[in-house]
Amino acid sequence: MANMATSMITKCLRPGTKSFRDFCAFVQVKNSLVSGRQFHNTGAGSGHAVTDPVAKPVGKQVVTLIPGDGVGPELMASVQEVYKAAMVPIEFEEIFVSEVHSAQSANLQTLVESFRRNGVGLKGIISTPHHLKGELQTFNMLIRKELDLFANMVHIKSLPGFKTRHNNLDFVIIREQIEGEYSALEHESVKGVIESLKIITRERSEKIAKFAFDYALRNKRKKVTAVHKANIMKLGDGLFLKCCEEVAQLYPKIKYETMIIDNCCMQLVSKPHQFDVMVMPNLYGNIVDNLAAGLVGGAGVVPGESCSHDVAVFEQGARHAFAEAVGKNIANPTGVILSSCNLLRHIHLDYHCKLIEDALFKVIKDGKVRTKDMGGYATTMEFTSAVIDNLNT
Amino acid sequence: MAGRVVRRLLQSISSELNCKYYTSSRKFSGSRQLVTLIPGDGIGPEISAAVQKICDAAEAPVDWDPVDVTPVKGPDGKFRLPQKIFDSMKKTKVGLKGPLETPVGKGHQSLNLALRKAFNLYANVRPCKSIEGYQTPYPNVDLVTIRENTEGEYSGIEHLIVDGVVQSIKLITEPASLRVAEYAFKYARDNKRSTVTAVHKANIMRMSDGLFLKCCRQVAEKNKDIRFREMYLDTLCLNMVLDPTEFDVLVMPNLYGDILSDLCAGLVGGLGVTPSGNIGEDGAIFESVHGTAPDIAGQDKANPTALLLSAVMMLRYMGLGDHARRIETAALQTIKEGKILTGDLGGKAKCSEFTQEICRKVKELE
Repeated sequence: MANMATSMITKCLRPGTKSFRDFCAFVQVKNSLVSGRQFHNTGAGSGHAVTDPVAKPVGKQVVTLIPGDGVGPELMASVQEVYKAAMVPIEFEEIFVSEVHSAQSANLQTLVESFRRNGVGLKGIISTPHHLKGELQTFNMLIRKELDLFANMVHIKSLPGFKTRHNNLDFVIIREQIEGEYSALEHESVKGVIESLKIITRERSEKIAKFAFDYALRNKRKKVTAVHKANIMKLGDGLFLKCCEEVAQLYPKIKYETMIIDNCCMQLVSKPHQFDVMVMPNLYGNIVDNLAAGLVGGAGVVPGESCSHDVAVFEQGARHAFAEAVGKNIANPTGVILSSCNLLRHIHLDYHCKLIEDALFKVIKDGKVRTKDMGGYATTMEFTSAVIDNLNT
Repeated sequence: MAGRVVRRLLQSISSELNCKYYTSSRKFSGSRQLVTLIPGDGIGPEISAAVQKICDAAEAPVDWDPVDVTPVKGPDGKFRLPQKIFDSMKKTKVGLKGPLETPVGKGHQSLNLALRKAFNLYANVRPCKSIEGYQTPYPNVDLVTIRENTEGEYSGIEHLIVDGVVQSIKLITEPASLRVAEYAFKYARDNKRSTVTAVHKANIMRMSDGLFLKCCRQVAEKNKDIRFREMYLDTLCLNMVLDPTEFDVLVMPNLYGDILSDLCAGLVGGLGVTPSGNIGEDGAIFESVHGTAPDIAGQDKANPTALLLSAVMMLRYMGLGDHARRIETAALQTIKEGKILTGDLGGKAKCSEFTQEICRKVKELE
């Protein structure tokens, strides 16, 4: 390997030549593979036996925590309780951010610095107030842009022992979440006529396509489906599709398919088992994330994750603040606990991750303690206690 | 002479009033009416024939004017749609259309687009109702999607700004938003529905979807008898698959409508059983939105349900509610009994047998 690399370097270190560019691409691919592995290599690894932490971490890892709006604080309290009971060596750095209660909110810079410092965070949902105050970009968009959280990943997996309309689902939705319809570029050209710009760039399309194929490769998935509307938005979605096609050629072992967004939604509600890994631009991702979350039980049970090259933010898969349930103690912490487990796996606390995940799945499978959205009568606290009771430490 | 002028003036005013936002159904009542029929490609001719037969059996006072829409070569060498379709539609104002082969990259204008422009077809209406006897995981769905059809993401304005950066423009205008919102409330009232839900993404596209939402709210103010709700697109998708029965009439901009109407069709069994109508200022076209199924074309295997239910919508639009009801009942009854069904519905019957059975039931329902 080293030989090959040196020969490559000696051969093509003349800037500007095609081989030089190839080399750069090679290095880039390699780097992102390596850094990518750091993020997800254990994504499908919940199966392999983890008995005891190989080396007990020295001290505690600091993780940024944003409670968010709506039921966010309640859910985070639930996570913190479970962590305490499982003795997870993590310290949370809690930052309150909210657009609704903007007076108490920390500013963007504090938040971004914390994320950069810790490299990993758990985030509740920040809702966007209805009224427009001149700023078109929402706080969420700003965070994503500032941290370059370009990829959002939602793993849709049926929970064991919880029956929904479609069972045994297992697919992954990968969404570009910086550009597209979320550009926040809008203007009123004449009165009563508004133009909203959707931006698609080759750079970001290639990046997300590569992310999707890398994910598929690492997690032994067979197929990547690119979702688009290139029959209507011929240039914009056309570019996205072209980038996906080009990247697909670099991964001959993974099957590549395309699907139009409207057909994709129809297939999702009628034959959802056909999907494996899906990759799509921003807005379609938002739609498909929520739709698919609905298939396995709703917003309360699906974990999600946003990544940049050096920061990973764990949050719910379908982003709903559920403001109408504040203080009622009825929200389902399953999704948040699952995404906190993914966080633990991400920072190599596999033992604790498995511990909590097993306890959670056991509670759901037993079916005795379930929150309202899963057809039960338990409160958030009761559910949390049930998980804690099942921690086999 | 003066009398004639006054009469003409009155006529034009009243027709203008009628045509302002929608063509009033009253205009059609009375004697036999002519309908433009575009049989379409693939299985189109078979299912069109089936629909004609069933309408005859119901003695609906409708005459058909079939037109061929195969593009013809013009004097300049370009292929375009035959003029006859536009002439016919201008005369009849109502059309029924079977599935059309979409020619990819043939360079002539798309029929849908041409018709949409020519007749200002601004609203696409798709009722999605669970069909008894045709099981899906989602029972008791009964909702209608109304989609703005002329602007939004489908404005077709795109530029390559620099290499690798594309900008697509989504256009939302006040008149178009008001027009579709008003139609949605009118539809809800005419069809005795209780709620209209505006679907939007105004938390992200704050100005454009914000305008659409504002227009819906404005129209809702004037229609207090109908309940008005608003919902984010993502929340709606989530709730739709959790419990589709909580929805009634949905109104939304173009792209969301495209996605949701297919999604809802998926809930009740796919495009083969969902009708669709395009309502315009100067006419209306009802169509089946499924494919042309070239693999079974001409084999008497096709399922005419989508086109038939579209024809039912058309009859209602023309003020022939009684005929519409009879045909609909007969068709749904046939599917419910489950004895004579086409292949895609899980039966073994031929298209002609299925049609015959519906005809027989229609006659019984006199």
